[in-house]
Amino acid sequence: MINITIEDRNGEQKPLEIPEEINLSLMEVLKASDYNILATCGGMALCATCHVQVLKGLDELPEPGDEEMNMLDTLPDAGFDSRLACQIRMNENMEGMVFRIRGDEQ
Amino acid sequence: MGLFAVFEAGLLKMRCHLVDTLQQVGGQLSEIYPHKPIYDIPGYPEIKAQELIDRLMDQIAPFNPGFTLGERVESLDKQEDNSYIISTSDGNKIHCQVVVIAGGLGCFEPRKPEIDGLLTFEGKGVEYMVKNPENFRDKRIVLAGGGDSALDWTIFLSDIAEKVTLIHRGDTFRGAPDSAEKVHELANKGKIDLILQSNLLAVSGNGKLKEVSFTGRDQITKSIETDYLIPLFGLSPKLGPIAEWGLNIDKSAIQVDTFDYSTNIERIYAIGDINTYPGKLKLILCGFHEAALMVQSAFKHVYPDQKLSFKYTTVYGVNAF
Repeated sequence: MINITIEDRNGEQKPLEIPEEINLSLMEVLKASDYNILATCGGMALCATCHVQVLKGLDELPEPGDEEMNMLDTLPDAGFDSRLACQIRMNENMEGMVFRIRGDEQ
Repeated sequence: MGLFAVFEAGLLKMRCHLVDTLQQVGGQLSEIYPHKPIYDIPGYPEIKAQELIDRLMDQIAPFNPGFTLGERVESLDKQEDNSYIISTSDGNKIHCQVVVIAGGLGCFEPRKPEIDGLLTFEGKGVEYMVKNPENFRDKRIVLAGGGDSALDWTIFLSDIAEKVTLIHRGDTFRGAPDSAEKVHELANKGKIDLILQSNLLAVSGNGKLKEVSFTGRDQITKSIETDYLIPLFGLSPKLGPIAEWGLNIDKSAIQVDTFDYSTNIERIYAIGDINTYPGKLKLILCGFHEAALMVQSAFKHVYPDQKLSFKYTTVYGVNAF
């Protein structure tokens, strides 16, 4: 199991346990876990509505690609620790990471 | 989805008029991912989103639909005979027997930065798009954002405005490299002011925008006198006026009956990503199915005195009108 922590828009943190072999993006995991996240484009890094902040573990993630960086540049409230949840594939290196949901609500 | 509904309606001799807030037909496919391949359209192992839209346009051509583009439907007014008059953002009115909402994820609206005073100065110096560039001739303009549109408009407006300032959160631009290079070139020549690693903080003025303030990475607040601020932070879908029409809404989607994809209001239907029902899948092919069933039900409102008999296109063909 991969154990991560999700902070919702109200600042409440909850643990999330995800099977290692799940082969989903963080965005898909958040949607499946009933987090209110818009993810308009469905995971193509084209809308930036699944914006998350990585509160812990940023350095463990692979560098964002050009498409993701380009979309992050369009966001008014993105910081150095911002990522698009749809571009983060769940894997065991993510154990212990903490994410804050920032993107648009449904 | 609206396009295929035009085809299905046309087979039953119902003519349609399409209204879209975007400047072109095709919704998300044309606006968000025109060049992305789609792999689950029956009969097409792979088709690019814009090509699918182009083919749908060919398919509906025999049914001669009307188009009102770049205008948002603001209100629906029920008439005494139960028909509807819909009014658009530009004041156009369209009389119809049935309304089909194929609004995808809603209207794409500009994403607004959370800064003090922004809403107060909307239309009084704060603009989210450049509709008529001439309005900006010989004016002082601050643009904010780091995406392609911020770069493109900075370049364009630098030719006609008195002064252009671009404020960007980052220290580099990752959009189109040619545009980024041009913006840096303009800044080096002194044609524009380029302010990097800075965030908008507030806008102020007296009835009209006068000043934009921002903070840099050093946390020092600075301000610029300006006539216009154009924040360009992409688009975000919002349900918009649809939420005010008395429809049953669940998480920004319209609840429908899967018998005919009717809403809780007679003569108003919802198909595609904008609707919701148990088991809903947001797939294009599901939306096509919804359109086909919807028109069977809409027919009774459009032609109340006629009996609908189901006909195959393989037998009767497509009869243009």
